[in-house]
Amino acid sequence: MQTKYHGTIELEEKSMITFEEGIPGFPDAKSFVLLPLQQDAAFTVLQSTEEPTLAFILVNPFEFKPDYEVNLPDKVVGKLAITEPDEVAIFTILTVQSPFENTTANLQAPVVINIEKQQAKQLILTDSPYTPKHHLFKQRNSPNRRESNARSTT
Amino acid sequence: MLVLRRKLNESIMIGDNIEVKILEMDGDQIKLGIEAPTDIDIFRSELYKTIQQENNLAATQEIDLSTLFNK
Repeated sequence: MQTKYHGTIELEEKSMITFEEGIPGFPDAKSFVLLPLQQDAAFTVLQSTEEPTLAFILVNPFEFKPDYEVNLPDKVVGKLAITEPDEVAIFTILTVQSPFENTTANLQAPVVINIEKQQAKQLILTDSPYTPKHHLFKQRNSPNRRESNARSTT
Repeated sequence: MLVLRRKLNESIMIGDNIEVKILEMDGDQIKLGIEAPTDIDIFRSELYKTIQQENNLAATQEIDLSTLFNK
């Protein structure tokens, strides 16, 4: 199959993940695969198996926001047939910007995947402290910022 | 768009199992009560549309990943 970032790859049925309800904005996109990004293992691509140009860049939100919390409502646990905590993987969709330092993460709508049963859903958190445009590099010192700090102190 | 006029404590049915009721009216604010099966997601439209837009932005970004990571 054709992909957005990985050229042509062999599609393995067993790695397909089903978004039963689609994804907000893409109601018909129900079948995806997770492909690690060769350039940087911290990023994973959620690639549609039906639409080569449809792909999202995902990250593990806990990597850059260790205190991130998502409560899975019972109905989501039921819908994704989750029986063990180990089955759950939580990802955040990035809106990648150039320069990369301006990239934001949608912490308000995490992608919840049952990796064992290959069922997934983008969960929209209501009354949440998180925003859909969380700046990835705000809390971290980007190399650029460190440089300018150093300059201002000399 | 279908337009229906309702009074306080009146409701409408959407399909067989979704009921939307006017619970309270206070100036320009209206409190709605919604009864629906638990597998139906209910959001304020603004929130749902914000997430839709963000997904669209995230998906349509034509990024040359090699230039982003090879700096």
